Amino acid sequence: MTEIIDILSSAGLWAAVLRIATPLIFGTLGALLCERAGVLNLGIEGIMTFGAMIGWLAVFNGADLWTGILVAAISGGVFGLLHALFTVTLGLSQHVSGLGVTLFASSFSYYIFRLLVPVAGTPPTVEAFQPIDIPGLSDIPFIGPAFFTQTPPTYLAIVLAFVLAYIVFKTPLGLAIRMTGENPHAAEAQGINPIVIRYGCVIVGSGLMAIGGAFLTLSAFNSFFPTMVQGRGWICIALVVFASWRPSHALLGALLFAFFDGFQFRLQTVLSGVVPYQVFLMIPYILSITALAVMARRARVPQALMQPFRRGER
Amino acid sequence: MRFERRENQPLLLIFATPLIAVIAALALSGVLIALAGAPVFEAYWNIVKGAFGSRLSTTETLTRAIPLMLTGLAAAIAFRAKLWNIGAEGQLYIGAITVSAVSSQVLAGTPSFIQIPVLLICGAIAGMILLLIPLWLRLRFSVDEVVTTLLLNFVAILFVSMLIDTVLKDPLAFGWPQSLPVEDDAMLPRILTRSRLHIGLFIAIALAIIIYLIQTRTVFGLQSRAAGLNPEAAVFAGVPLGRTLVLVAMISGGFAGLAGAVEVMGVQGYVTTELSPGFGYSGIVVAMLANLNPIGVILAALFIATMFVGADGMSRVMEIPTYIADVTVALSLLSMLVAIFFTQYRIRR
Repeated sequence: MTEIIDILSSAGLWAAVLRIATPLIFGTLGALLCERAGVLNLGIEGIMTFGAMIGWLAVFNGADLWTGILVAAISGGVFGLLHALFTVTLGLSQHVSGLGVTLFASSFSYYIFRLLVPVAGTPPTVEAFQPIDIPGLSDIPFIGPAFFTQTPPTYLAIVLAFVLAYIVFKTPLGLAIRMTGENPHAAEAQGINPIVIRYGCVIVGSGLMAIGGAFLTLSAFNSFFPTMVQGRGWICIALVVFASWRPSHALLGALLFAFFDGFQFRLQTVLSGVVPYQVFLMIPYILSITALAVMARRARVPQALMQPFRRGER
Repeated sequence: MRFERRENQPLLLIFATPLIAVIAALALSGVLIALAGAPVFEAYWNIVKGAFGSRLSTTETLTRAIPLMLTGLAAAIAFRAKLWNIGAEGQLYIGAITVSAVSSQVLAGTPSFIQIPVLLICGAIAGMILLLIPLWLRLRFSVDEVVTTLLLNFVAILFVSMLIDTVLKDPLAFGWPQSLPVEDDAMLPRILTRSRLHIGLFIAIALAIIIYLIQTRTVFGLQSRAAGLNPEAAVFAGVPLGRTLVLVAMISGGFAGLAGAVEVMGVQGYVTTELSPGFGYSGIVVAMLANLNPIGVILAALFIATMFVGADGMSRVMEIPTYIADVTVALSLLSMLVAIFFTQYRIRR
């Protein structure tokens, strides 16, 4: 019991929670934006992998860190364009198309990485984002080291959640997005072009996913290795349901999830030898499945999610 | 420009689509090979040689196709009923570890004519159970099974990793996390001497034919198709949707579990967390390339196996990463999606 209190009262845990949550926040917001417009984007796992690879590769070849993030975002947008082409223009199965994008984007990342980065005993590294101090706030005991010694992308992710919440619920554009996700034919009758909205959301959403991936290689770690995304994309898809398609709840969900993940990681050292470490590693996935089971019925699904839109066809 | 639904789908086009898709995927991967600065045709020629250039490589390609046929069938059966089982990878691992556990703990010392069929069935049942969990979540709580089956893959592999690190760990494996080996009597008989090709090939082909007959000749086949085409209409027409989906899930999960059992009993003899180089995920591509046709699965699995085994051979003589095989496989899935679309729609200006 004292060990658990020790863990909870260490600033390190709370700093880790924000760090673990960051890629999930980006990924969940990206997936949420796509789904609000009616497109399920299972390309997320591959897009995050590609973002992680290309962002790192850009920095490895001399670009600065923010350029790396930008390159990742653009690459994500390109994969989003591909997914939109398949699911919006051609109206193909969003499930299969998304899985196809994931398979392609991840194998393509490994191919490029192997081709351009020489095989070495220790993986090559880059100079990653450093934590920045916020004058005043970072000096507060406990609160400072726990919440205000993060790298810039983490602050960006948190701000982004509020910006997206504002756009989705308070602006005409957000209304257009939500209408397209609920009933594209009604949206069209209001003079909205559902195809443009869907393309825009999938491209921007995929860009956000790729930034989430790039955070892994440019802030959380400083190198790229295959399979490093480890199902985070699928967890984001689950978090969207958990958040009931609301950006602010997505932020909370990602933080809650990251709390359990950071907590189990520290618990491992306390209980090592008693419980196999794999049990702890399973927790995030089982937690996601449980969250889905609890929330799936209660959540308000965008009514036109996974429904292709064709003019004059119902 | 707009798309118009074709009134009848030309038969020739349906058969041509997988070929067109594969050619398109090879052409696109060719661009990537060219970007790597390598001669494209030589690379493909080396892939063909790597897969079929010798007796050994040919049998290796056929051996690699066996689990792909089974995971391909698992996906094809499920997708036809719009049950999105993306969890074949996890089901394969659970099937595999079950075989190792039962063979080493329960059936030790029994003759092979008992041990082999019992182990195959145990592996299949384990795979079934793993898919019934997400199906139950879907039927009971309306949880989308795509995400749950995907997440369960990670849980399953961690579970296997835990077992081969603790209770099922082979003490003679020099500390490597590796399961206790299955008994020699549990190993599937080889088809050819001096090769790893085993009778799993016949099992997979026979199952493909049986599934084809079930899908085309039985009420259940029709019901599973109806459940996929239009669930509401199917229920209205008296199809027991829940029961149909449970049966579909049992066959699909069972085949994926069987793939793991066959891979352990036919090739490896024991389980590690590197048992499957993504057989479960490649099975999805196999099923799509086959247009969900069980007989087509056999051919599609051979193509994917050729790419993987061939790329291994090719990368030994050329400076191209073996990942090119994964890229080609993924691209063939995307091309196939587009090709299927154009069998159903035509472009109108």
